[in-house]
Amino acid sequence: MAGVAGGNDFQWCFSQVKGAIDEDVAEADIISTVEFNYSGDLLATGDKGGRVVIFQHEQESKNRPHLRGEYNVYSTFQSHEPEFDYLKSLEIEEKINKIRWLPQQNAAHFLLSTNDKTIKLWKISERDKRAEGYNLKDEEGRLREPYRITSLRVPVLMPMDLMVEASPRRIFANAHTYHINSISVNSDHETYLSADDLRINLWHLEITDRSFNIVDIKPANMEELTEVITAAECHPHQCNVFVYSSSKGTIRLCDMRAAALCDRHSKFFEEPEDPSSRSFFSEIISSISDVKFSHSGRYMMTRDYLSVKVWDLNMENRPVETYQVHEYLRSKLCSLYENDCIFDKFECCWNGSDSAIMTGSYNNFFRMFDRNTRRDITLEASRESSKPRATLKPRKVSTGGKRKKDEISVDSLDFNKKILHTAWHPKDNVIAVAATNNLYIFQDKIN
Amino acid sequence: MEVNMEARRILAVSISKLYASRSQRGGLRLHRSLLLSLVMKSARDIYHSSREEDAPSGAQSAPEEPMETSSGPEVPEPQPLSERNSSETVSEESDNKAKDYDCDTVDDKENLSPTKQSRKRRGKASAAPDFLPNKRARLEPGEERYSAPLGSCRVGAGESLATLSLNQVIPAF
Repeated sequence: MAGVAGGNDFQWCFSQVKGAIDEDVAEADIISTVEFNYSGDLLATGDKGGRVVIFQHEQESKNRPHLRGEYNVYSTFQSHEPEFDYLKSLEIEEKINKIRWLPQQNAAHFLLSTNDKTIKLWKISERDKRAEGYNLKDEEGRLREPYRITSLRVPVLMPMDLMVEASPRRIFANAHTYHINSISVNSDHETYLSADDLRINLWHLEITDRSFNIVDIKPANMEELTEVITAAECHPHQCNVFVYSSSKGTIRLCDMRAAALCDRHSKFFEEPEDPSSRSFFSEIISSISDVKFSHSGRYMMTRDYLSVKVWDLNMENRPVETYQVHEYLRSKLCSLYENDCIFDKFECCWNGSDSAIMTGSYNNFFRMFDRNTRRDITLEASRESSKPRATLKPRKVSTGGKRKKDEISVDSLDFNKKILHTAWHPKDNVIAVAATNNLYIFQDKIN
Repeated sequence: MEVNMEARRILAVSISKLYASRSQRGGLRLHRSLLLSLVMKSARDIYHSSREEDAPSGAQSAPEEPMETSSGPEVPEPQPLSERNSSETVSEESDNKAKDYDCDTVDDKENLSPTKQSRKRRGKASAAPDFLPNKRARLEPGEERYSAPLGSCRVGAGESLATLSLNQVIPAF
């Protein structure tokens, strides 16, 4: 079965893989977030060690125009360091939870990166010229003896090897008591929101010593706590609208024009629970791990443990589409609870035209769903299928007793190989899939 | 009864996860702790409701009474959750094998600490006495922590192991 797209049959093939091949994976190298920028030219990854690596799309080679260009390392920098909160005797992890790009306004690129407590605005700029011929210092930068300066000259800009510099321009700190799970840039390009377990703050990109608290669900008595915020996102076009999801499987849409504190939602999205599927773990698996608006702004998608749901913003009582990611795990929830996998937070993403959605699973499998044809496909990010331009073979998990050839049984799945983070190029059919410490890039084959 | 044993096992696993999460890098995670406490609540409710179904004998209820709270401030709990769990117990398991009380009592006695009665206020959420010492201490973040080995079903009876009750998981934040 061929790939997924609106109408045409695409074939996904391997393009590149980044990262070490070692079996022994260092914890710090585990990728924790992946994000394309608005043009798709740049691809950023964050890892548990607090580093950000940015890849840039190289132009297609003139000799082989039928191949898309590759992504090569553009910049690497240490975004966050481990810190220690002395007041609470707690270590603050340097793991990058989220990266969000700002729309490009000049030659430099800007992105926001966050760990559990602090958000930073990074400027990534290129330097390909340097001034030569200073009057007061020599070529090595040493000050010249005054008596040696006998004439004045104008320094000249000479080309140099391209240098990409990353510098922290703003640090937004001390605004979150709980762990930050989301950041989202507003469509006004001036503000952004950050969300932790109980609160959402609105920031101005220029102002670091102040933020507005726009949602606060902390109860007066913490013993009464029943739900936490799990994700939040700004609407792609309406700068007054944002949504946040909860651990109870609900989504609230808020309008910032209504009140300064958006504790009262404008819309409340919840699907009634199916009473026949209740178990010990119903709460855990209904907790939403990611929420993403469609590019059109008409729909939003939520990911819970077993499924992805597409919601029409105009209909609150149920999703318009539900896709099962790995329903065969429903009978294994107890084991998944014991090995902690049930707490895994999978992300989801839309393709550029909102016709397809993608999310990850276990055994380095990831799933794509075509919203128009209702077809779905399971693919694997593995070194074995990493030959250049090799077409990815669809995978299948056997759920019945009889396992067909090429199928893999549920019990053989490797639950340590999980794909939590995926990203889809905003315009083209290029996807980035993070498998532990490796980043796989797949493209469709242009025939 | 299967459900009963399953509930016990899940409860024990949850408690060991709670202990383990205290020594985790980055501190206690509120979301995870909340989910753990919800699972524990479900398991505890099912466990107790299934025991109540099977155990009308006075011998069993006597040691339980000091630990169950019928009086005292109730921890406000999400009511729909408890109701759903009760109905789930009935509907899920048609298998109603009689419990082996003697076995349980013997097991429980291993874990009962000498002080059965406590003058401390006891919330309903803390009623899980069978396989935990009922001596509770409130663990504040920053205080010395005790971590139980992962996977152990028993928080061993012993001198200074602290019990964490459900209604104190979240306020620890």
